Amino acid sequence: MARAAGTLTLAVRDLAVRFGGVAALAGVSFDVHPGTITSVIGPNGAGKTTAFNAITGYLAPTRGRIEYDGSPLTGLRPSAIAARGIVRTFQRTSVFPALTVADNVMIGLHLRGVAGLVDVTLRRRRLAAEESRLAREADGILDFVGLGRRRGERASELPYGEQRLVELAVALGARPRLLLLDEPGAGMTTAEKTTVTDLIYRIRDQATTVLLVEHDMRMVMSISDAVIVLNHGRVIAAGTPAAIQAHPDVIRAYLGSAGDRA
Amino acid sequence: MSGAGRAVLAGLALTLPFWLPNPYFLHVAIMAGIFGVLALSLNLLLGYTGQLSLGHAAFFGIGAYASALLTLRLEWSFWLALPAAVALAALAGWLIGRLALKLRGAYFVLVTISFAGVVALVSVNWMELTNGPLGLPGVPAPTLGPWSLRGKPAYYYLVLAAVLLASLVCRRLVHSRIGRAFVALRENEPLAESVGVDVTHYLVLAAVVSAAMAGLAGSLYAHYTRFVSPEVFLFSYTVTMVIMVVAGGKGTLAGPLVGALIFTVLPEALRAVVSWQWQMLAYGVLLILLVVFLPRGIVPAIAAWRVRQAP
Repeated sequence: MARAAGTLTLAVRDLAVRFGGVAALAGVSFDVHPGTITSVIGPNGAGKTTAFNAITGYLAPTRGRIEYDGSPLTGLRPSAIAARGIVRTFQRTSVFPALTVADNVMIGLHLRGVAGLVDVTLRRRRLAAEESRLAREADGILDFVGLGRRRGERASELPYGEQRLVELAVALGARPRLLLLDEPGAGMTTAEKTTVTDLIYRIRDQATTVLLVEHDMRMVMSISDAVIVLNHGRVIAAGTPAAIQAHPDVIRAYLGSAGDRA
Repeated sequence: MSGAGRAVLAGLALTLPFWLPNPYFLHVAIMAGIFGVLALSLNLLLGYTGQLSLGHAAFFGIGAYASALLTLRLEWSFWLALPAAVALAALAGWLIGRLALKLRGAYFVLVTISFAGVVALVSVNWMELTNGPLGLPGVPAPTLGPWSLRGKPAYYYLVLAAVLLASLVCRRLVHSRIGRAFVALRENEPLAESVGVDVTHYLVLAAVVSAAMAGLAGSLYAHYTRFVSPEVFLFSYTVTMVIMVVAGGKGTLAGPLVGALIFTVLPEALRAVVSWQWQMLAYGVLLILLVVFLPRGIVPAIAAWRVRQAP
């Protein structure tokens, strides 16, 4: 993607989140550049999901700024942030359980529709045209993630790995420019992880920037253009996968040492 | 339902006053229709957004009083008073939606109950406006050109038109991004927000449309019984609506209508055969059986049965 520097960049500056006396994030700054796959890693409790929640408006930061494409996101509701093209998935599987796979994706397409109360009640043709357009787009997304044959099944009845694909399909429905994936590979078999990794590449190739939290180091190191390492609510390292793997602070954070436990 | 089944049903509904000329039966049919609109209205909130309004009688009562007062005091035509009543109820729905914006579950229920309580108190105590507990007698029957719709057959068609209108609005809503946003709120609110569904906006919208429909039912009730008193705010009306929606099948399009029909006709039928103590007992036993054996309601149970029957 040839884009001017600075546009479509997510800039996090001095982000801090406190829960009571605990600093989940203690002043974190990083950039996510357009067209990349960037990973956030770190031990449990490092603040990775907290950072996701703050970026996507699910919790209010105590301090700091978050900007996307040059305008601030801080203070916006999650739905407004999604409307700016920033969409996230959740660490624990999150689908619309009672609905079919196709209906799950149709909800994901909410931002692609425009029908308001007047269209719905009075403009029958316009509504029908929108509905058939959305249904086609939903089919396209389901084929993209490989759930085409599951479209009529209830989301809650799919096996775990496929439920995670439904989640991805719902998120893609919102046409993200920046997609935040919270542990997309968690609990998956090796084969399923390969499928997801391949999907993440294909999503990136559709001009969507990907920011992910992931514990599987093999997955992180193989697909990331950039890696950000959090520990105790701070960025301890950021750089290419190769640089991160050799970074002494990272090795210490992951393997632990006497000094780290203090 | 198959096309043929639907045609038969439509035919029966359209010709009902001809093969059911008994005014008492027609009265039951009219009340079933009014409750049908109410149940459809409650279902938008309870069935689709998953939020239980236990103050729904308030919107019904506001519609009834607004329509009665506008025709009695200001001598408006019914055809103007009806939309005004709908609009006023919608405004009340908007107010409740705004108040309950961040509240869900039990807290939402409490706000709706309190609202209904306040409105009922106003209707009893604002004597100059509402005539207090004495109520407003002599609400005029609607006229259509030279014809009065006072007779039961004519009123039946008026109510039937309202039921069809309310069903149509519900159907269109449900099969649109608006209805899907309602369901998304019920199923998984954080996920809905993550893909851009402004959940609070849609909760307010659901409350407005739902209240407007309840107001429509209220206006129709006022001009049918031609008498409005604080009794329209009775909690038992709300309970009846909830029973109809839950028993019929919440979150389905046909469920509330099926529920309204059964739970309007049934008490009347029981009244004909047993004394009132046994009536309430039979009613209670039936409700328990329904909840135990058809927890999702009659319409979803039939749908599931048909799926099993299909090869």
